Amino acid sequence: MKFAVVVFPGSNCDHDAYYAVDQVLREGAGFVWHKETSLGDADAVILPGGFAHGDYLRTGAIARFSPIMADVRRFADAGGPVLGICNGFQVLLEAGLLPGAMLRNDSLHFRCEHVHVRVEHTDTPFTEACRQGQVLRMPIAHGEGNYYAEPDVVAHLERNRQVLFRYVDAAGRETADGNPNGSVANIAGLCNEARNVVGLMPHPERACELALGSADGLVMLQSAVRWFARRAPAGVAVRGASSLSA
Amino acid sequence: MTPDVSSDAVIERHGLTREEFEKIVGMLGRQPTLTELGIFSVMWSEHCSYKSSRVHLKTLPTTGPRVLQGPGENAGAVDIGDGLAAVFKIESHNHPSFIEPYQGAATGVGGIIRDIFTMGARPIALLNSLRFGELDSPLVRRNMAGVVAGIAGYGNSIGIPTVGGEIAFDESYAGNPLVNVFCLGISKADEIIKGVASGVGNAVFYVGSKTGRDGIHGATMASAEFDEKSAEKRPAVQVGDPFMEKLLLEACLEVMKTDALVGIQDMGAAGLTCSTCEMGARGGAGVEIDVSLVPQRETGMTPYEIMLSESQERMLLVAKPGREAEVQAIFEKWDLHAVHIGTVTPDGLLRVKERGTVVAEIPNTALTDEAPLYRRPYSEPDYLREAQQLSLAELGTPAPAAEVLRRLLASPTVASKRWVYRQYDHMVRTNTLVMPGMGAGVVRIKDTTRALALSVDCNGRFVYLDPFVGAQLAVAEAARNVACAGALPIGATNCLNFGNPQKPDIMWQFVRAVEGMGAACRALDIPITGGNVSLYNETDGRGVLPTPVLGVVGLIEDASRVVRRPFQAAGDAVLLLGSSANELGGSEYLKTIHGLIRGVPPALDLQREAALQRVLVAGAAQGLFKSAHDCAEGGVAVTLAECCFGGTPGADADLPRVATGVPGFDDIATLFGESASRAVVSVAAGHEQAALQLAQGQGVPAVVIGRVGGGRVRLSAGGRAVVDEPVEALERIWDGAIGQRFERQQTVA
Repeated sequence: MKFAVVVFPGSNCDHDAYYAVDQVLREGAGFVWHKETSLGDADAVILPGGFAHGDYLRTGAIARFSPIMADVRRFADAGGPVLGICNGFQVLLEAGLLPGAMLRNDSLHFRCEHVHVRVEHTDTPFTEACRQGQVLRMPIAHGEGNYYAEPDVVAHLERNRQVLFRYVDAAGRETADGNPNGSVANIAGLCNEARNVVGLMPHPERACELALGSADGLVMLQSAVRWFARRAPAGVAVRGASSLSA
Repeated sequence: MTPDVSSDAVIERHGLTREEFEKIVGMLGRQPTLTELGIFSVMWSEHCSYKSSRVHLKTLPTTGPRVLQGPGENAGAVDIGDGLAAVFKIESHNHPSFIEPYQGAATGVGGIIRDIFTMGARPIALLNSLRFGELDSPLVRRNMAGVVAGIAGYGNSIGIPTVGGEIAFDESYAGNPLVNVFCLGISKADEIIKGVASGVGNAVFYVGSKTGRDGIHGATMASAEFDEKSAEKRPAVQVGDPFMEKLLLEACLEVMKTDALVGIQDMGAAGLTCSTCEMGARGGAGVEIDVSLVPQRETGMTPYEIMLSESQERMLLVAKPGREAEVQAIFEKWDLHAVHIGTVTPDGLLRVKERGTVVAEIPNTALTDEAPLYRRPYSEPDYLREAQQLSLAELGTPAPAAEVLRRLLASPTVASKRWVYRQYDHMVRTNTLVMPGMGAGVVRIKDTTRALALSVDCNGRFVYLDPFVGAQLAVAEAARNVACAGALPIGATNCLNFGNPQKPDIMWQFVRAVEGMGAACRALDIPITGGNVSLYNETDGRGVLPTPVLGVVGLIEDASRVVRRPFQAAGDAVLLLGSSANELGGSEYLKTIHGLIRGVPPALDLQREAALQRVLVAGAAQGLFKSAHDCAEGGVAVTLAECCFGGTPGADADLPRVATGVPGFDDIATLFGESASRAVVSVAAGHEQAALQLAQGQGVPAVVIGRVGGGRVRLSAGGRAVVDEPVEALERIWDGAIGQRFERQQTVA
């Protein structure tokens, strides 16, 4: 399976996502520069964390205009799995591929620490190897992760089972203390209606090895591999990453 | 109107003396132009020329089998095996961070990062050493909040983790905070790139942000004391753009891979002036540029302003002949434009033209090697004898030990810095094995089995009370911190923060501290590969505590054997390595409980210190030590409490009693004395003898003082119980002490 990691100018978790796929997951990975217009033969796309284009305007507001985003949209519309992590999630919101918006953290400070999130649904390419209700310990690192949507939109998301991850305490309870940024309904991540586009603020790629404090995030990448193996005809899953540059 | 460059007013405004002006006239054989005077003023400033410190810095040990690059380049480098080099340096941004905390600190981070990637290394870790006044002051809180946000704003955006550091508080820093920033990068050992200009006719390129009027005379500002007019200096502080630097970083590293460069240097202090003359001087060549070709942000800029601007995120580079288009194409990919602004010449001159007309022409060496050098007079300060007197008997009856411990844990210097470091992205790049707040920061080196432990340290109180011993203690502590993680100290960088060197007592502090630092680094076999001096840290004539910060890099051969601070499992044995004496001089106890900075600092035997560090490294490599933590501010009681924090089962320990001869003070000296060369380690039950033998083999005193477990911090002194507190209660005090001070500020505001 091949993961395309999109590199915007200002992306800074691109190498981390690449490393997690290439060295920990042991699947194919390649970088795609934002000025390119094709994702090539990628099987999944990761929009990594960082500060795309400096994020001097709203986070992700410029990145949505990067040339590659047209093909990301085409890929998503065709049902391809897309994972937006942190800044990548913010880009997906700005691009309209996921609903809602980000506000500054309610603490008004950048926050970097491990948090707990609960997996609410497992029927997506990035959660299918999880258990429903499983609590994952992963780091956050953001200044604008305070997810907001109008109450009717949140109600719609809940009804549609699109809220994929919720901030919880270590015991899996949805508490105010467990919510690091003030996100509405403790929302840490969601998916689109078709369930193939997933965005979250915590960093699964930083939580793939115990030496770094947690390996809980690896299950999200393993989910994608399992999803792909189930979908793809035999033989396709072992294609080389020829069209992607390393 | 052209001012008379030889007038007293113009010379003084440029921070030069009449003698220095005459020297310039002598070197040029004529009066300088105003542009030339500006160029001399920044290059001969204390900040760029090290004119007061250079003769003393030359005494520091800078060589060793691992040293690939010593002082004189943008950063130092040491061999870490696997064909790789650790490239690192520390630098101060004190003065700008007082005037404009956010941008001052942010651009300090930006500057040190450029120093590292200029050498061809990818930056992978940042640390910082910060000093502020007491947090009771709203101005200090505002300053600290701004500095922390500035460091976060720059480091987080560019994506380099801040993995550690230290912060201490003292009234003397209230009007003059210290912001020292350390950066470490990794490069191939044989691909280190230098800041040289050579090859007559080679093209000189400018790349990065456009040049504006910001930061003009920043280097001169950093070489003067503060007074009430300091706020007026705000235009001399630069504004950072981490996004631009991220593009520069990626583009430069990509260009460097092509082997198309002769040399490259960032434009930091003294901007275009410093980079052109230093690159020329190092390459034994001249550099000629035309300022009208320099990309400018504002209209009507004069050659003087362009040469002295300290606009951030700019680089100067020399391309190999025939490779120019290749270099330019890579920068274009990143939406950067490498602009051809000049050429390398054979004449050894810095020649500045404006639309073809020469406006400055100065021998490079006049600005670099031949800059003034001063042997400033120094003498022992009057305060010293008095301050070194300490009579415990005059302090009255001491408070109960448990109360003292609680107050020390709440002291901002001792308390958890979580409020600070959780604002820093400390995990990006997925190398951080030991997070901030746990002693030395540890990062793994991907594609190898190794890791590096990094620590920056200095206790200014010790240096104030005895600069020679105090500086040695700073070296010892920084090295001990990396040794606790299991790392062999292999290199260091220093940042020497002092007051006005024209005062003989300040100069004495400086000279003695450099002597002490040199002696300690020689004894511990740690070469200093570069660093920075920051003088004139004074406000209204009052200097800061002398603060020679040392940043140490330690090498861990097997990253899976990293030793961490928290106790691990109930039943593990707790050992104290090193011996304790009646040493409360300069301690956190005296300062926090009695408001005193008095006495003499703890004695330091460098051979014993080296032996202790050998034990720590060996115990880690053998997998014997399950935890390790050094003893510093607050003594062994604070060390043991901190080892219990972070979800451990607590501990019960009986400490060997220290006798003071003063009723009631034995417990205090036992628990809170700050004797050097000590560490607390834990080993699995049954491994006590192995640990004791390891220590004995190196001549390090060691004793089993207790066991992990019980859920409480239980301490005895000579068999008598003195502290018995739940771990959570102490941890809550320690963890919340700094954050609470800021929350209070918010409700008041």
